Amino acid sequence: MTKKILISDPTLRDGNHAVRHQLSRESFVAYCKAAEAAGVPIVEVGHGNGLGASSMLVGECRLSDDEILTVSRANLSKSRLAIHVIPGFCTIKHDLAKAVDVGVDVFRIASHCTEADITDRHIAYIRQAGKEAFGVLMMSHMASPAVLLEEAKKMESYGAEAIIIMDSSGAYFPSDVTERISTLVDGLSIPVGFHGHNNLGMAVINSVSAVNAGATIIDGTIRGFGAGAGNTQLEVLVAVFERMGFETGIDLYKILDAADIAEKEFNPVAPYISPLSIVSGLAGVFSGFAKPVGQAAKDYNVDARDIFFGLGKRNAVAGQESLIIEVARDLAAQNAARSA
Amino acid sequence: MTSSNKLKIAIIGTGNIGTDLMVKVMRSDSMICTLFAGRNFNSAGMKRANALGVPISDRGIEAIVNTPAICDVVFDCTSAHAHVEHWAILNALGKTVIDMTPAKLGELCVPAINAEECLATGARNINMITCGGQSSIPIAYAISQVHKDIDYIEVASSIASRSAGPATRNNLDEYIDTTQEAIKTLTGAKRAKAILILNPANPPIDMQTTIYAKIANPDLPAIQASVAAMVEKLKQYVPGYQLIVPPTAEGGKVIITVKVVGAGDYLPQYAGNLDIINCAAIAMAERIAQSGAHQESKA
Repeated sequence: MTKKILISDPTLRDGNHAVRHQLSRESFVAYCKAAEAAGVPIVEVGHGNGLGASSMLVGECRLSDDEILTVSRANLSKSRLAIHVIPGFCTIKHDLAKAVDVGVDVFRIASHCTEADITDRHIAYIRQAGKEAFGVLMMSHMASPAVLLEEAKKMESYGAEAIIIMDSSGAYFPSDVTERISTLVDGLSIPVGFHGHNNLGMAVINSVSAVNAGATIIDGTIRGFGAGAGNTQLEVLVAVFERMGFETGIDLYKILDAADIAEKEFNPVAPYISPLSIVSGLAGVFSGFAKPVGQAAKDYNVDARDIFFGLGKRNAVAGQESLIIEVARDLAAQNAARSA
Repeated sequence: MTSSNKLKIAIIGTGNIGTDLMVKVMRSDSMICTLFAGRNFNSAGMKRANALGVPISDRGIEAIVNTPAICDVVFDCTSAHAHVEHWAILNALGKTVIDMTPAKLGELCVPAINAEECLATGARNINMITCGGQSSIPIAYAISQVHKDIDYIEVASSIASRSAGPATRNNLDEYIDTTQEAIKTLTGAKRAKAILILNPANPPIDMQTTIYAKIANPDLPAIQASVAAMVEKLKQYVPGYQLIVPPTAEGGKVIITVKVVGAGDYLPQYAGNLDIINCAAIAMAERIAQSGAHQESKA
C-alpha cells in the first residue's frame, strides 16, 4: 500500500513574514488559484503570526484578517482553508468566531512548545463548532522529546485531531527530528506532522526524516516562501515524495507551475539562506526575527549577528520582538563603553 | 492601629495571587487577614496560611456566607467566571470587593491613575484589571497626558511561564479583552491591543511590558517628563518597577519598555506580574482602611 502524506501549505501565512506582512489581495487570489489547481489539500492563510496578530510588536498586516479570509475562501473549493492562531494574540470572541463564520475548515491552534495548556479553550471551541483542530507546538527545539510528548498529549486531550511540531528556528538536524517525531508517534493516537525551516539547509531532509519516523502531515511552502531562510520548499517535497513512492495527491507539473506563478507574484521572490539566517538557526532564535533584527542593527549601529546570539542567550521565544531593541541598546552601550 | 481597628480582609482563592496577597496583608499595619478560603487544605497556599496562623477554610465563598461578620473587604482571587457568582453573593452581603480576576464587573482601577476617583464613586466592586494592565496603562496614560486623541495603543507583556498558574492560562482571552478595554477607558485611545507571551526560560525571566503608541510627531521631551513622573508615582506602591527602554520614537510610533521585579513575598522575584497587581490591590485596600469607612459601618 502506498503511504499517504497530507501536505499543508502555509505559503500565504508564513510567506507573509518574508514581506513584513505586506502580501497583496492579488497575491492571495493568484496563489489560492494555483494551489487549488495543483490539488494542494490544505492552504493556510493570514498574518505571519496568525489571526489577530497584526500589531506593532510583530508587524502590521497590509490586509485585515477579514479581507484575507474572505478572498481566500472565495478562491478555494477543493483545497481546505486553514488558519494559524496563537492564544495570547487572538481571542475566541474576536478572532476564532469570525473565522468559523467565514468557513475556515482547519484551525491550527499554536503555542510555544512548553505552553500547550493555553490552547485548551480554543481547541475545545473549534471542536464544538464542528471544525477540524490541529495542535501546533512552536519552537519545538527548545523542549526535550519527553516534554514535547507531554505537551502534545495535553493538546490531544483538549480535542486536537493532529499535532504538528515546528522547527521555527530551522535549528534541527535529521537525528533531532527522528527522535522527536518517533517519540510523538509512539505516544499519541492522532497523526503527527512536521513544519520545517531551512536556516541550516536541512528543511527537506528533516521533512523526509519526519516521514520515515512516522509523521503523516508535512508543511511546505512554494519556493520556500516564509520566515527567515524560508520553509521547506513545497515543490521539492512533492517531487521527493513522489520519487520515494509516497502519495501526496498533488500534481507535480501543476505545483511546478505554481512555483513559476509565485516567482511573478511574490516580491521579493523566495527567501534564501542569508548569513543572518544561518546565525538565527545556530542561535535557535525564531526565523521571523530576521527583518526586525536587521533594522535594529542599523538603528543602533551594532552587529546583527551579535543581536541574534544575544537573543538566543536570553531564550527569546516567538512574539518577543520587543526584546530586540533592548538587546541592541545593551550592545550599543557595551560598544560605547569599550571605545571610551 | 489595634487589631480591632484594622480592616478585616478575606481572601478567596488560595493560588499564587491569593497566597502572595495574604503575606502582604499580614505585613500591613492597617489590615488583618481574617479568612483564607479555598477548596483544598492540601494546597501550598493553605499550608502557608495555616503555618502563619491565618484562619483557613475549604468551603470557598460559603465561609463568608456562613459568617458574614468575618470580614470588611474581600479579595477575589479565583477566576473571571467564578467572580460573577461571587459578586452577586458578596454584593447582597454589603461587602466591598477587590476583584483580582479579569471579570471587569466593577470600576477599572489603576491606583497611580484613579485611586481617589474609584473610591469617590462609592463603588464596592473594584476591578484590578490585569497584571499587564497594571504595568502598561500608567505609561500609556502618561503619554496620553501629552498627546490627546491617540488613535492606537498596543501593549505586549512577556512573563515567566512559572508565574502563570492555571487560572491565568485559562483566562487569556479575558486578560486580553479586559486589558484592551481598560486602556481605552483610562487613556481615551480609540483602539487598543493587548498581547501576552509566556516564556519558559530557566532561570525565569522578569516581567517585561512594552508600550507602543501611534503618534506621528511625538513631543519626546514632554513624554519623557510625563513618564518619569508616573514611574516615580508607581514606585511608591510597586518598589520593583523600572524603566528599561525610555520613550523612543521610531517609524510613527513611541516605544517604551518597563520591567517589574517582584518583592519576593510568597513567589520568587521573577513573578513581577503577580507582584504588581497585588501591590495595586494592597494600595487600594490601604486607602479603604485609612478612610475608616469600615469603622463607620460598625458604629
